[in-house]
Amino acid sequence: MNVSIQGIGLLSAGLEGWRAGRAVLAGTEPFAPAAVPDPEAALLPPNERRRSSDCVRWAVHVAKEAIVQSGLDPREVSTVFASSGGETGALNAICRILATTDRVISPTLFHQSVHNTAAGYWSIATACQQSSTALSCYDDSFAAGLLEAITLVCMEQCPVLLVAYDLAVPAPLNEARPIAAGFAVALVLAPPSGSSLTSIHMRVEEVQQEGTCSLRNTALERVRLDNPAARSLLLLSAIAGGGSQTVSLSLLDSQQLILDLDPCHD
Amino acid sequence: MAPLTLTAYTLVTTNGRGVGPVLQALHERRSGLNRCDFEDVSLKTYIGRVEGLEDFSLGNELERFDCRNNRLAWLGLQQDGFMVAVAEAKQRYGAHRVAVVMGTSTSGILETEHAYQARDLAGSFPAWYTSRYRYTHNMFSLGHFVRACLGLRGPAMVISTACSSSAKVFATADRLLRAGLCDAAIVGGVDSLCLTTLYGFSALQLLSTSPCRPCDEDRDGLSLGEAAGFALLESSTCVSRRGAVALLGYGESTDGYHMSHPHPEGTGAIRAIQDALGRAGLLPRDIDYVNLHGTATRVNDAVEDKVVSGIFGRTTPCSSTKGWTGHTLGAAGITEALISLLCLKHGFLPGTLNCERIDPTLQSQILRDNELRPIRRVLSNIFGFGGNNCSLILGTLQ
Repeated sequence: MNVSIQGIGLLSAGLEGWRAGRAVLAGTEPFAPAAVPDPEAALLPPNERRRSSDCVRWAVHVAKEAIVQSGLDPREVSTVFASSGGETGALNAICRILATTDRVISPTLFHQSVHNTAAGYWSIATACQQSSTALSCYDDSFAAGLLEAITLVCMEQCPVLLVAYDLAVPAPLNEARPIAAGFAVALVLAPPSGSSLTSIHMRVEEVQQEGTCSLRNTALERVRLDNPAARSLLLLSAIAGGGSQTVSLSLLDSQQLILDLDPCHD
Repeated sequence: MAPLTLTAYTLVTTNGRGVGPVLQALHERRSGLNRCDFEDVSLKTYIGRVEGLEDFSLGNELERFDCRNNRLAWLGLQQDGFMVAVAEAKQRYGAHRVAVVMGTSTSGILETEHAYQARDLAGSFPAWYTSRYRYTHNMFSLGHFVRACLGLRGPAMVISTACSSSAKVFATADRLLRAGLCDAAIVGGVDSLCLTTLYGFSALQLLSTSPCRPCDEDRDGLSLGEAAGFALLESSTCVSRRGAVALLGYGESTDGYHMSHPHPEGTGAIRAIQDALGRAGLLPRDIDYVNLHGTATRVNDAVEDKVVSGIFGRTTPCSSTKGWTGHTLGAAGITEALISLLCLKHGFLPGTLNCERIDPTLQSQILRDNELRPIRRVLSNIFGFGGNNCSLILGTLQ
């Protein structure tokens, strides 16, 4: 299956935006992580923005960066949102309240706890009525999201926005699911075209023996292992490096996505 | 689209374990909704609780997955010869060629709710919890569990788009099959009762104080239920059988309007239904029965009626079956797809249970009483939070 990448959005400490992130991932700029300022997410109407969760703002922020690069009208783009744990902030708050005697949850907190909260806010902000999916595959949520997004592009011949995100898990839930730092990435994928950042040929193979790919930069490798959305760094680094490369992303213990990259020269 | 046959299927709801008891409850118009007796919840509402989930636990190699949601999943897998049918498919295609696409909205969150209640004075979780979050509450837990139970090694994921979750699994499975990434897919969904949804819907003032009354003039909200349903999907060209029930079409859309209110004109829902009809190559008049989302909230039923009567006119029979099952949230898609399948196979249309006086402002042909007659094609609607819509069309292969 062949798709083109039309836009990339990125947000994580030391990787703020694709332009800056690409230079770091290509090794031309040093990786210098610093606290990430609260994302702009200026696309959200003021009311929605005020009520939105960190997850929503991170997801919408990278989604917008990727969509702007693609030059596509977001109303024409289907979406796939991939996250291991989704709205862990809202879930943490709800479970705390449910452990008290009066158990009074606010309606806003409740509707913000669903796994498709970010997907919903994005469609509201852009008035998009295309299909929208939210999914999880634990640590392999990015690979599962990429699989869903690429099959959607190829089977429906339509552009797809893939957004993968997981935020730092708040205490005490982080005892059960330690994710130390947030990471969000967005890719606009479309049927093959001459004008794109990179084209990808994807195939899915059964894993014969487990081999693990990793990043050479040990600090970035720690980021990759900390956060399921950061599993995308293998692909992003290959794109940043340029040239024809093959990346493999594991999907559960038995499958892997083999991605052959072919940079488009503009 | 090329039809996909549901070669095996199974369903557990408050009405019974397996499609037989569910079908019988539908025929006998026996609701499974009872006064809320879930844990220590004191809300004045009715629920569709599955009996017996408190009375057993998952053992041996499945012990780490043990939680209400996965117990319900396990119970579902044991019914209707489903495990045998999957084992045969596995033999036919190979374990790595069978995908697992599950839907749930809250996964095993009840386990985390219990853990928060059991924290010690320092605020730390009890030891039993932390290593099991991954296998119980994480959103992928259900997919992991089903894959482990069935010994499958194909692609897998959990779709979680609130109420539409286990309707959308059919769309994802169709794409994986068409792309040649698998030869068969296990689709399904499980959602189980928990404090989050009970108190959450209570906060939204959407819970009825009586068993829910879809389409009734005095309807006052929904009743929560729980369910597990699974189907084995295969290409109809491989397993075509006259009389088999197949997925003929599906449509997915979003409202792009509000997180918890449907679009007032239902433009997103219209899009999903039109997409499903287009994909199936059918016209509205080809649909013999519409299984409504029909949650029994004031707004849902009114907007859905506007949408359905706008597309299908005033003569296509419609009903909601939530008076039997309650709203099973992330499992509603598979529950109502399989109820639609039972209607097709057994030639009947369920009336809208608990609807005493049909809301006179509704324009669609709302069925109140059951009718016995053969039908060929059913459309099932599911609309969820985040404005996430999915419509499915099932039909009998000629």
